Amino acid sequence: MVEDRTLNGRIFAFINYLLLSIISLVTILPVLHVVAGSFTTSAELAVKRFILIPTEWSFEAYRFIFSTDTIFNAMGVSIGVTLFGTLFSMFITALMAYGLARRDLDGRRYIMFLVVFTMLFSGGLIPTFLVVSELNLIDSYLALIIPTAITAFNLIILKNFFQNIPEGLEESAKIDGCNDFGILFRIVLPLSLPAIATLSLFYAVTYWNTYLNAILYLNDSAKWPIQVLLRQIVVLASGMEFGADLDASVPPPEQTVKMAVIVVATLPILCVYPFIQKHFAKGAMLGSIKG
Amino acid sequence: MQDVVIEETRVPGTRPSSELKKRLWRNKWLYVMITPGILFFIIFKYIPMFGLVIAFQDFKPFFGFTGSEWVGLEHFKRLFTEPDFLNILSNTLILFGMNLFFYFPVPIILALMLNEVRITFFKRLFQSLVYIPHFLSWVIIVSISFVMLTMDGGIINELLVFFGFEKVNFLLNNGWFRPVYIIQVIWREAGWGTIIYLAAIASVDPGLYEAARIDGASRMRQVWHITLPAIRSVIIVLLILKIGDVLELGFEHVYLLLNSMNREVAEIIDTYVYTAGLRQGQFSYASAIGFFKSLVGLILVMLANRLAKKMGEEGVY
Repeated sequence: MVEDRTLNGRIFAFINYLLLSIISLVTILPVLHVVAGSFTTSAELAVKRFILIPTEWSFEAYRFIFSTDTIFNAMGVSIGVTLFGTLFSMFITALMAYGLARRDLDGRRYIMFLVVFTMLFSGGLIPTFLVVSELNLIDSYLALIIPTAITAFNLIILKNFFQNIPEGLEESAKIDGCNDFGILFRIVLPLSLPAIATLSLFYAVTYWNTYLNAILYLNDSAKWPIQVLLRQIVVLASGMEFGADLDASVPPPEQTVKMAVIVVATLPILCVYPFIQKHFAKGAMLGSIKG
Repeated sequence: MQDVVIEETRVPGTRPSSELKKRLWRNKWLYVMITPGILFFIIFKYIPMFGLVIAFQDFKPFFGFTGSEWVGLEHFKRLFTEPDFLNILSNTLILFGMNLFFYFPVPIILALMLNEVRITFFKRLFQSLVYIPHFLSWVIIVSISFVMLTMDGGIINELLVFFGFEKVNFLLNNGWFRPVYIIQVIWREAGWGTIIYLAAIASVDPGLYEAARIDGASRMRQVWHITLPAIRSVIIVLLILKIGDVLELGFEHVYLLLNSMNREVAEIIDTYVYTAGLRQGQFSYASAIGFFKSLVGLILVMLANRLAKKMGEEGVY
């Protein structure tokens, strides 16, 4: 389309740009406010409430939250679960997606139906909990990974992506004596890097953000990932719950401290975001346009 | 390989089945590949579905699925006679209605607005910014909101005071729970939600706009007569999916906002299942509620899908 050069068209365009600018500001300002607030002193935050750029920089809040091991441990748990979980999920998702993408697999339609049905109906919280506890996964880090290892939606996206790879490539590899594993890992996966990158991001974000699984299956507070700890510190906002290592006489956390914990829990996502941002818009559309 | 060959020579009359066997054998690695995934779906999706039988039992963890006493529809009877449950059901439906009414149109409008943007840099920047919240967990989003909304130095209340208003206790107030909830939903998902509409809009034939302009159609008319009809089927598919999620309002989100002051309006089916089932140990009763919820969701999706098909749309399955 070309630019509309009439007066009406220009007014229309101006209002449109203005509104979109306001919307993007509203979206991003809360995040900036929290980041800025975490780098200032509580005294400054108390005086000049609406901070976007601190005049007095301070790492007081960060020194405070890292003065005990609590946050370090929780970060460690989250990082471990995210790395291991993403690898595990991608691995079994890719295996299953490749099998289902092959038209000569007998029974693939029934299996697909079983997968899609889980998107429409589920046993729910309690029976799933009972299964997990039956498997002795309670208080194990595996409980944060295995019960949600495959997302049906991601599986279908990847299967559709694999289906669009020309079959001729696979045929010739087979003639060269490659078995199905060889075809998947040497031919199909290298051709699917954008999809793999996108889905890995989706899985990684899910694992990093995991909260429900943690409160369901982990009773031991020493094993909590960062999201659960963040909730304890900010939402319950009481010094007692900060962590066992802290002195009970410590007053409830300051605003700056809460902000610092939020930043710490968000940072890994914001760090990876710019690098994969190009891919995921494309990746998210892959599966959804034609199911 | 050998077994199959031998069998084939032995029973020459049963060709189709031996061909199937041959194919199965040739694809043996494929079956090995899909096994972990299938096991996952069976163990963590299908066994829990069959586990719903405990909704008809007086389930005691010690006796397990097989040893517990059968009580028929007792839990369901209790469900519909308990005044608490009706309140929870209506809370759930109200949040669902708000989602449909206030959230659902926002990504469509945003996508239409974004489609009018001609400066590529602006478009890219806008997208990069509004996609971010989708990747933040509910814990982070609720935490940011708490920090901003608290009476104790939160920026929103400070602004209210600055402009001469009274402070508002957003977090512990019955009346503010629903607005806060829906604003958070919109803030998190509206930007991300545009992706699929933008993709649909991108596939519209530019010639249509050309022709419309020659006929003297204004920007607004072009949107109304070309863009909107073009994304109609996408809108309908997403609407069906949204309706299927009727009772899937996000346990985490509501649970994080829930406190003793707003329980009356904030308790929804999901949070109630958690409290009644896992906190109070009423496994069977909570499963009955969960069962009811899943069933309603399934039925609604099927109805919505049928309706869409009657209207000449493709539907989701």
